[in-house]
Amino acid sequence: MNPTRHAIGLGLRRGWTEFVLSLRSPQDQAFYLFMGVATLAYVWFNRTTEVEGSDLLLPSFALPSILGALLAFGVVIGPAYALAMEREDGTLLRHKALPHGMQGYVTGQVVYHSLSLFPLLLVLLVPSFLLFDDVMSNGAVGWVTVGWVCALGLLATLPLGMILGSVVPGVQKVGTWGMLPVIVLTAISGIFFPIQAMWGWVQLVAQVFPTYWIGLGMRSAFLPDAAASVEIGDSWRTGLTVLVLGAWTAAGLLVTPRVLRRMARRQSGSQVQQAKEAALQWVK
Amino acid sequence: MSTETEFHAGGRAGEPVVSVRGLRMTYGTREVLTGVDFEVHAGEVVCLLGPNGAGKTTTIEILEGFRLRSGGEVRVLGEDPASAGDAWRARIGVVLQSWRDHARWTPRRLLKQLGGYFVAYSTPGRTRPYEVDRLLETVGLVEHADRKIGTLSGGQRRRLDVAVGIIGRPELLFLDEPTAGFDPQARRDFHDLVHRLSDLEGTGILLTTHDLAEAERLADRMLVLADGHIVADGSAEALSRQVAGTAEVRWSRGGERFVHATEEATPFVRRLFEQHGEEIEDLEVRRASLEDTYIAMVAASESGARHAPTLAEVSR
Repeated sequence: MNPTRHAIGLGLRRGWTEFVLSLRSPQDQAFYLFMGVATLAYVWFNRTTEVEGSDLLLPSFALPSILGALLAFGVVIGPAYALAMEREDGTLLRHKALPHGMQGYVTGQVVYHSLSLFPLLLVLLVPSFLLFDDVMSNGAVGWVTVGWVCALGLLATLPLGMILGSVVPGVQKVGTWGMLPVIVLTAISGIFFPIQAMWGWVQLVAQVFPTYWIGLGMRSAFLPDAAASVEIGDSWRTGLTVLVLGAWTAAGLLVTPRVLRRMARRQSGSQVQQAKEAALQWVK
Repeated sequence: MSTETEFHAGGRAGEPVVSVRGLRMTYGTREVLTGVDFEVHAGEVVCLLGPNGAGKTTTIEILEGFRLRSGGEVRVLGEDPASAGDAWRARIGVVLQSWRDHARWTPRRLLKQLGGYFVAYSTPGRTRPYEVDRLLETVGLVEHADRKIGTLSGGQRRRLDVAVGIIGRPELLFLDEPTAGFDPQARRDFHDLVHRLSDLEGTGILLTTHDLAEAERLADRMLVLADGHIVADGSAEALSRQVAGTAEVRWSRGGERFVHATEEATPFVRRLFEQHGEEIEDLEVRRASLEDTYIAMVAASESGARHAPTLAEVSR
């Protein structure tokens, strides 16, 4: 038996178990419900707003963009929080004490956070189809595009979440180190309004990061081809989307294992103990 | 069940499962361990005692391979923990102090998942991991096996920690303050479990504790760590003898109470009777307990380091 392959198998099962337990937990159900209601309410109240420089209505433009942004946001912040938390509560240490435990643990994280996308997409898409017209203009081809944009977007952003969770000093810091930059990035990435409304240098910055490209890919999947005229270069720039997201994926695959190994090496029982004492103080 | 020869699966028979020589650890400029030496043999239960901050946890974490030492030589099951691989990891067990991990899981599910990692290291002589049901029974968690871990009490959680620590049928087990927060019944159950592990499975066990009575009950041998090195190494009786068998004699005469500390209690009492005869009442001779011995040892080692021994801190 190959122990590494065996550990990855256990990790797959672990990720699935975590996912099922999360679906059953009232907290996580409330989170999904909140995301769904908040997004739909935003889109609903702007349903007659026109997107500047086109005859598109805001729901058509914003829905795919928000899907993309939520993907990027969830897949960065989710693992960042989970890792920071599980470094402190001993989950990680438990795996460090097992043969090939870290491989299983990381596999479990990847599976769990990937699967968590489905309920999020579901709570947004199902009501959208019921509430709005012309959500999907491209039929089956569009859905295929949704599939690969999601997959590639996941690969490009999940490692960032893992890295973030490995380097933050503690759970409380995930907000300032992670949440804040990601929210700022989302705001400038042409999610709620076309990116051309921003200054030139801001547009350039936004185009370095994956969020903009995931949003663009999603719009290319849902919107009719004519809508590409609102985008930079009057095109969906599909080739460049693949290239940028691919580059982030490659960088992630290169850097993440090293960062994870470094983090695992530093993990110890005293660290968990300190976190516990700090947390208990926090509660008092 | 294991046979005698498997007990020494760690290496050639008689070779210690843990061997530490000149272990040093420095945090910044603070020297926590200045030269620790000791050995643990297969099937032996060894208790590491010492005042707070003496470096017990640091020592254990170095042996577990969770912390890199500053110097000295360490062998655990024949390998250096700093560079040992996963096959080595499969042979040792670590009981961790958890507090809120896996809150949504159940003990049964968690043990099944974590035990899975040891399947690849099962051998005909030592099948790994333990069967989950048997393990739950061993640690007394059967009726809580399908409850959410987040709803377990502190003691139940610690029992789960122990179960996780031994699920791979380790040849060597590390426990850092395993019974902190146990009620007396749970403590007794835990002691039985430790004895069973060392007697039946031949597991070498190294544990730290603050509780001297526990150390006396559990350990074949005790190590006292103070001031960065081992100041005493031996059984409870041997340790008491080492502090020259001090005893305390109490008596009353004519309604007045007296206390006298002496190294030779019997001759003293004989003289006492020769001198006062029937006037002596309420005679009591108390041998130095393990606690007295321990405090004396730590105090001696600390007064060597700085001049005023701080007994208050030590006796906690």
